[in-house]
Amino acid sequence: MSEPIVKGRNLVKRFGSVVGLNHADFDLFPGEVLAVIGDNGAGKSTLIKCFAGAHLPDEGEMWVAGEQVAFKSTHEAREHGVETVFQTLAVAPALDISANLYLGRELRKPGFLGKVFRQMDKKRMRQESGQHLQDLGIMTVQNISQAVETLSGGQRQAVSVARAAAFGSKVIILDEPTAALGVRESAKVLSLIQDLRERGISVILISHNMPQVFEVADRIHVQRLGHRAAVVTPQTHSMNDAVAIMTGALQVPENEQTLTPLGSPA
Amino acid sequence: MSTEATSDLDLEEEFAVKRSPIQRLQMTLHRYPWLSSLIVLVVVVLIFGLVNERFLLPSTISLMIQQTVIVGTLAIAQTLIILTAGIDLSIGAIMIFGQMLMANFAVYTTASNVLPIAGQNPWVAIFLGICAATAAGAVNGFLIVRFNLPPFIVTLGTWSVFMGLTLILFKARTIQGPEMPDEMKLMGESFPIGPFNFSIGVITMFLLYLLFAWILKNTAWGTHVYAVGDDPVAAQLTGINTKRVLFSVYLVAGVVMGIAAYITIGRVQSASPNVDPMLNLQTITAVVIGGTSLFGGRGAVIGSLLGALIVNAVEMGLSLAGVDQSYRTTAIGLLVILAVGVDQWIRKVKA
Repeated sequence: MSEPIVKGRNLVKRFGSVVGLNHADFDLFPGEVLAVIGDNGAGKSTLIKCFAGAHLPDEGEMWVAGEQVAFKSTHEAREHGVETVFQTLAVAPALDISANLYLGRELRKPGFLGKVFRQMDKKRMRQESGQHLQDLGIMTVQNISQAVETLSGGQRQAVSVARAAAFGSKVIILDEPTAALGVRESAKVLSLIQDLRERGISVILISHNMPQVFEVADRIHVQRLGHRAAVVTPQTHSMNDAVAIMTGALQVPENEQTLTPLGSPA
Repeated sequence: MSTEATSDLDLEEEFAVKRSPIQRLQMTLHRYPWLSSLIVLVVVVLIFGLVNERFLLPSTISLMIQQTVIVGTLAIAQTLIILTAGIDLSIGAIMIFGQMLMANFAVYTTASNVLPIAGQNPWVAIFLGICAATAAGAVNGFLIVRFNLPPFIVTLGTWSVFMGLTLILFKARTIQGPEMPDEMKLMGESFPIGPFNFSIGVITMFLLYLLFAWILKNTAWGTHVYAVGDDPVAAQLTGINTKRVLFSVYLVAGVVMGIAAYITIGRVQSASPNVDPMLNLQTITAVVIGGTSLFGGRGAVIGSLLGALIVNAVEMGLSLAGVDQSYRTTAIGLLVILAVGVDQWIRKVKA
């Protein structure tokens, strides 16, 4: 049995008197797509924000790739290879695609110009952004200097995903990536998720959309009342079962859950 | 723009939409926000040149550029701040504070009965004046970043504070040119370039514009200034230290205000606490006419120079055409509203 790449135990997060996480456990194994579902207020977002570096849990322990961590910022999470595509996408609309891809980690020119004058290497940033986008099969290279606000919702999502995937990350967290998209664009994002898995990146997908979850997920983590209610797979349980677990109508004994990675992760 | 993208990739057809000429104009203006102000400046100059041939005389043009030097230099600081979606109402007050401090340090005999200082080395005085303006900028930045106060309110307050502080420390006494060593008035020294007449202050202003245009375009800091103004939450999530960026902008703006203080002494050939009290609004006018959005995140520093020149060209042209002052003021007002209207239209650009 392989070790989880992201692991959480007994995570507790309170917001004043509101309990966001109530001794939640979490496991993500290398190379899998793990969907996180749950009713509003079940603590899905709080849970992933702990791993994204946006929240620091009050109690409990987290590990990434075997190393115990406590992220105080998204920057720290990134340094451990955990990238997040937030629901708001976190892009600067007026900046172009390449500036957005490298936002917060701009490349500097080598030598004197870069060291003393801190000049950015825009040419290399453009070239490499184009390459990253092409690797994911999402965009033509000549549009790299286009402002992000001139892109459609799906294209913006693609830029955000490309940014997460571009920097040798091990884990990508996607928060409701299709919530604002139409059918065609959603399909595009789902195929992007499959691309990421094929490249060996582990993906955490937060979604409300059951059919989409059952289409792409290897395993499904069901969050309820601030903790992990069950982990199932699309093969062992139906959408109705998943909804029943979410609402508490169905309890799944541990031996019927899928707490270990699938036999051969794709 | 790539309206004819050629590729077999999925989303290619979405890029290849046909656009009407109006939409293409909108796209182009969206990409180069200063372009509309350049067009306006050229049109204004052509029209007034046709109306009155004296308008195009090198001496008139030289005078016009020299008249923009104070507002033009301060507009650099204002642009940086407006790019972060902030605003600085204290800009003129800080400049006057720095200017009076400089002049009082450099003056031959004591001018202030509160701070008995005089006869310092003029370069030390200039340096201290710039430091004082920088510190004043830092105060604005600190209040805005540390306490999360709106820039409008903070600078509305510091506008009065620095104005009052200037009067408390230096009294309302104007220091005349002859009271100061020549080094203090250096920025007013002019020299001919071809038929034109430039002052060192004007050249300094141009160099500052080039410097900041380069910094904004070519450094990570410049990109972060735009990102913070565009969407501060997004900027923070991408790992940018938004507070540090914001603070540094007010600090750097303070440095520019200090340099503007030195330029002002040269231009006016005296140091008075009663320099135009509307300087803050004039810089905002220049920035807005220059195509920088008051909502932050878009614009270019070079546009503000064009904006300041447009205001002066309109003033000068109308006055040469014998138009009354009140009509000139009205015309500038309409220009500002038009500029904001165009900005709103450009921002609506879509793929």
